[in-house]
Amino acid sequence: MTTTNTKTKKKRHIALGCEGSANKLGVGVIAHDAETGEATVLSNVRHTFVSPPGTGFLPKDTARHHRAYFVRVAKQALSDAGVSISEIDCICYTKGPGMGAPLTSVAAGARTLALLWGKELVGVNHCVGHIEMGRAITGASNPVVLYVSGGNTQVIAYAEQRYRIFGEALDIAVGNCLDRFARALEISNDPAPGYNIEQLAKKGGRILVDLPYAVKGMDCSFSGILTRAEEVVVQMKAGKKGPDGEAITPADMCFSLQETVFAMLVEITERAMAHVGSNQVLIVGGVGSNVRLQEMMGSMAAERGGSVYATDERFCIDNGIMIAHAGLLAYETGFRTPLEESTCTQRFRTDEVFVKWRK
Amino acid sequence: MAATEEQQFPLPKILTYPASAPPSLIAQGAEGRLYKTTHLESGLPCALKFRPSKPYRHPILDARLTKARIAAEAKVLDKCYREGVPVPAVYALDAATGWMMIEWVEGRPVRQGINDWLGERPTEDAPAVEEDETPFVDLMKRIGEAVGNLHRTGVIHGDLTTSNMMLKPWAPSQSSTESGDKAKVVEGDVVLIDFGLATQSSSDEDRAVDLYVLERAFASTHPRAERLFDHVLESYKHAFKKAPSVLIKLEDVRMRGRKKSMLG
Repeated sequence: MTTTNTKTKKKRHIALGCEGSANKLGVGVIAHDAETGEATVLSNVRHTFVSPPGTGFLPKDTARHHRAYFVRVAKQALSDAGVSISEIDCICYTKGPGMGAPLTSVAAGARTLALLWGKELVGVNHCVGHIEMGRAITGASNPVVLYVSGGNTQVIAYAEQRYRIFGEALDIAVGNCLDRFARALEISNDPAPGYNIEQLAKKGGRILVDLPYAVKGMDCSFSGILTRAEEVVVQMKAGKKGPDGEAITPADMCFSLQETVFAMLVEITERAMAHVGSNQVLIVGGVGSNVRLQEMMGSMAAERGGSVYATDERFCIDNGIMIAHAGLLAYETGFRTPLEESTCTQRFRTDEVFVKWRK
Repeated sequence: MAATEEQQFPLPKILTYPASAPPSLIAQGAEGRLYKTTHLESGLPCALKFRPSKPYRHPILDARLTKARIAAEAKVLDKCYREGVPVPAVYALDAATGWMMIEWVEGRPVRQGINDWLGERPTEDAPAVEEDETPFVDLMKRIGEAVGNLHRTGVIHGDLTTSNMMLKPWAPSQSSTESGDKAKVVEGDVVLIDFGLATQSSSDEDRAVDLYVLERAFASTHPRAERLFDHVLESYKHAFKKAPSVLIKLEDVRMRGRKKSMLG
C-alpha cells in the first residue's frame, strides 16, 4: 500500500520472480536501474525435485514439491536480496509453457504474495524469460537463440517485436530425449540426468555408435533417435560388441548420443544464422549448460566469424530470476496481469508474446 | 555471404586446377559453399557445391553425412530434371570428397524479389490501399506450382525457403510491360535450388511437412506477406492429383506437437 507514493522518484525497479514450470522451483529478485535499465541480480534461489534413477518427475509429485517448498524458497530469496517488501514493484510468475500442476502451484504462490503485499502481478512466458536472461547476462545484443531444455527445443530470432521461431523439435524436446535415455541406462537424476550423461560421455569417444540423424530444414526430430538408442542399450546389456570388437559401454552410448543430437542442434542453428545473416548465437535452457554443446556451437560460430554466448547452470537451468527479469521488462512498459487473468497455460508459444521493450 | 570472403577459405581441390576464369565464392550457406566456376568448359559457367567437413562434428558422423548428402542430392536433382521440374542439371560429382558441379541458374533469390516488392508497399497495419497485387499473387502461384511439380515426382525438398528458390529472368518478350517496373522484381520462372536435405517420398505426411517448413520460413522471413501465402497452397492444390489430401494432412502437421496455442 505504501508503494504508490514512492513510485515517482524511484532509482531502481525491483521484481520478484517465481518459476516452477518443471521440476525446478525458483524464486529470484532482480533490480533494474531506472535510468540505464541495467539489471542486477539480488538473489536467485532454487530447489529441485529429483526423482529416483529410472524414473521421471510426475506432475503431481512435482507440484507437491513446489507447494511444500514455496514459502521456504521465497523467504530465502527475499532475505538473500536484502530488500524490504515495500521496495518490490511487482511479482512475476511463469504463465507457461510447462507442466500444468507445477505451474498452477507456483502461480497460486505468486498470487498469494501479490495479495499479501499489495503488489501487481506480471505473467511471463517461460521461453522469453530464458532469452531475456541470456541476453542480459552475456550482453549478446541480437543473437540467434538456441533454446534447449527438457520441454523445449527452438531456434529463435528476433524480428519486428516478436521472438520468431525458425526451427524447433517436431516431436520430443532434446532434453526429454536425454532424460529418457538416462532412464534407460538408469543413470542418476541428481543433480540432473543431462549432467550425468555429459560426465559419462567424457569417458567415451573410442567408438561412435550409429544412430539416426533427423534434420528437416530448420526443424529436427528426436523420438526416432531415442527409440534406436534404447534398443542399443538393450543390446548392450546383452553384451553387444562395437565396431572394434569390444563391448559397447554406457559411456560409448552417452558419447554417441551427445555427438549425434548436438550435431543436429548446431546444424539447425547454423542454418538459421545463415538464413537471417547473423553470426552471434546464444544458447539458453538447461541443455545449454552442457559444455560439449557449447564447444561444438563455438566451433561452428568461429567458422562463420562469430561467437557463441552461453551462461552457466545458475541462469541456464530454470530459475526465478529470469522470470523476474523478463517480467520487469514488461512491467516497465506498462504491462500488468490482473488477478482475475493470472492463469497458467501448458501451451504458450514464444512468438505469442508482444515484445514491447525491444525496438 | 558476399563473394569478397572467398580468401578466407581454402578452395576445394577440384577448383585448384586451371580454368578460363578464376572461381568465385557465391555463398556460404549453412550446408556448404557455392562457387561459380568455368572448370568444366570455358564457355559454360556452372555452380560447384562443396560441402567442407564440419569441425564441430565427429569425423565418422561427418563423413557419413557428407557422402550421403551429396549422393542423395545429385540423385534427386537428376530425377527432377528428367521429370521436367525446374531445377539445375547435374554435370559431375564426387560424393566422397564432397562436391557436385551443377548448372548455373541466372537470376536472384525469390526472397530478394519478395523483399523488394514489399519494400515499396505499405505495411499490413497501414490502412488498406487499393493496389494491384496481381504480380505478387502470380509469383505465389508459380511457387505453389513449382513445389507441386516437385512433389508430383516423389521428391521432398526438406528445406523449402524463399532463399532456396531462384527467379530465373524471363525473355524480354515474356516480361510484362504495362504493369511497369514495380512488377519486374517478382517476375521470372521459379527454379528450386539447394536440394541438400531432399529425400524421396510420396507420402502425404512428408509432403505436408515439406509445405509446413515453407509456410513457417515464409511467415518468419516475410511476416508482412503472410496472408498471401494461401495463394501458394491454392495453386499447389491443382498441381497434382493427391495435392488436396496433402493439404488436409498439413492441418494435422500444423496442430501436432507444435504447442500451437490451444483454447482451454
